[in-house]
Amino acid sequence: MPGRSIREETASRGAGAHSRRNADIVEKAMFGIMRVCSFAVLVFLVLMLGYIFKEGISAISLNFLTEMPRNEMREGGILPAILGTFYLMLGASVISIPIGIITAIYLSEYASNPRVVKIIRLEINNLAGVPSVVFGLFGLGLFVVYLGFGVSILAGSLTLGILNLPVIIRSTEEALLTVPKTYREASLSLGATRWQTIYKIVLPNALPGILTGVMLSLGRAAGETAPIMFTAAAFYTPTLPHSIFSEVMALPYHIFVMATAGLYIDETRHIQYGTAIVLIMLVLLLNLAGLIARYRFRRRMKSSL
Amino acid sequence: MKKPVFPTGSILYDAILSRVFFVIGLSCLVLLLLIMLFLILEGLPIFRTVGVADFLFGTSWYPTYSPPQFGVAPLIIASLAVTLLASVIAVPLSLAVAVYLAELAHPAVKEIIKPIVEIIASIPSVVIGFFGMVVVAPFLQEHFDIDTGLNMINAALMLAFMAVPTIASISEDAISSVPTSLKEASYALGANRWQTIFHITVPASLSGIWTAIILGVSRVIGETMVVLMVAGGAGIIPKSIFDPIRPLTANIAAEMAEAAFHGDHYYALFAIAIILFAITMVFNLIADYLSNRYKFKEL
Repeated sequence: MPGRSIREETASRGAGAHSRRNADIVEKAMFGIMRVCSFAVLVFLVLMLGYIFKEGISAISLNFLTEMPRNEMREGGILPAILGTFYLMLGASVISIPIGIITAIYLSEYASNPRVVKIIRLEINNLAGVPSVVFGLFGLGLFVVYLGFGVSILAGSLTLGILNLPVIIRSTEEALLTVPKTYREASLSLGATRWQTIYKIVLPNALPGILTGVMLSLGRAAGETAPIMFTAAAFYTPTLPHSIFSEVMALPYHIFVMATAGLYIDETRHIQYGTAIVLIMLVLLLNLAGLIARYRFRRRMKSSL
Repeated sequence: MKKPVFPTGSILYDAILSRVFFVIGLSCLVLLLLIMLFLILEGLPIFRTVGVADFLFGTSWYPTYSPPQFGVAPLIIASLAVTLLASVIAVPLSLAVAVYLAELAHPAVKEIIKPIVEIIASIPSVVIGFFGMVVVAPFLQEHFDIDTGLNMINAALMLAFMAVPTIASISEDAISSVPTSLKEASYALGANRWQTIFHITVPASLSGIWTAIILGVSRVIGETMVVLMVAGGAGIIPKSIFDPIRPLTANIAAEMAEAAFHGDHYYALFAIAIILFAITMVFNLIADYLSNRYKFKEL
């Protein structure tokens, strides 16, 4: 009962074994509900992934991964979408990794004014909260139209790169924080400058943690659809992209358009499921790599303390 | 080898680098301001054609009619309704998961379940939308005798599923950070584990839990692909949870491609983005405020 204070609660419990038994029944029931809820979430995840794999696994073959689409995308592979997603991931990383890591280093190693740190951190949180479709509009307005990049790998990479900045900054900061202060002090006391300390001591120790963030951000860049819809993605390209100003097919956008547009939605279901499997596997592998890096990192940090 | 002008070990080099890093560190601030600037520049011109009140409270969204009608009330209501419904599902579910992970689960089990819950956060939204389209929609249509399974409840279910990892994981951190001494005091008074969780642990971590809920809800409002694919897309004010709807994000994504550059429709879509930006910004500010208050200091 939410209205009762703990004192009333204890007083009433003192009344006898009866209320204690009731309390224990309530406890059992609530714990049961929580176990069921947690279990339900896992079951839904397994059902979802399981169903997609069951329906799509027959579409997966070497040809599916390495061929161009044929016959108005009703047959053939998804090579251009895989390559497109790869280029966008790469482009986003080129933007977000250096800026993100440097921002994190500034925040955790250099910044001395707590007010400035607070403001920058607030902006990072706000940037992280901006809906992805708004990033898409921004990318369209600034990169595609105003800077004249057109719908292209470049415009999409820039948009995804900005979207990924907060992810990289946060995880890098977290990784930098886990490096013990004594390491820095030892280095500084030997006469090293702050930069030497960061470059030779702090960064190498934080590297696995930073890698975790990079992997997570790559996964995110691979899976985002709304930001690339107006900035990079094409329904179909007859050739592979040949410059950073080419528009590209991308895995998430391919799933979206195949499932919602065109004349052959039902006919191409297997391609949609197959593409979903490829995208899920890509994202899961990146996340798994990130998790493993984090796990080993934590263990090492623990043993070194 | 040529001797560099500024050896990397010099104090000057360090000072210069510190300035450079500061400037780069401001990039997030600059980007956020740029985003705001662009939304305002591209969104405000719509109010030359439509009044602010007519835009916000108009109930007809027919951007391609002549004359076009730009009333976003049905879209705003759709966004709020689907977010509310998703929250009603996601919040209790996530809190149950959070309490389970923080207080009940065996450490070894927690080591396995927590990463699995976090995997949900990494599944691309387009995949969840796709699942809603091809599996949940036909299921709803069949079992509830409705015209279309692409509707508000379907979108809310998918969104709730997506919000669980955010809410559960941040809440779990908050619940786990409650000092053991508080809980032990409760046990010493004779409270059982559930009473301690309900009266001590959860109230003590309430600010963290609220932060989690607000961040989760803010993600739900901004989520695009799921609502674009499974919400049904009808720009009407919903009367039941089985009605198809068209939330703000879905509307932008669905119409941007066909809106003529710098036409009224284009401006109107950017104005919708301003609304979305403002909503999520307010949510994030509240979350930030809450998470900075009442934080347990390390004991």
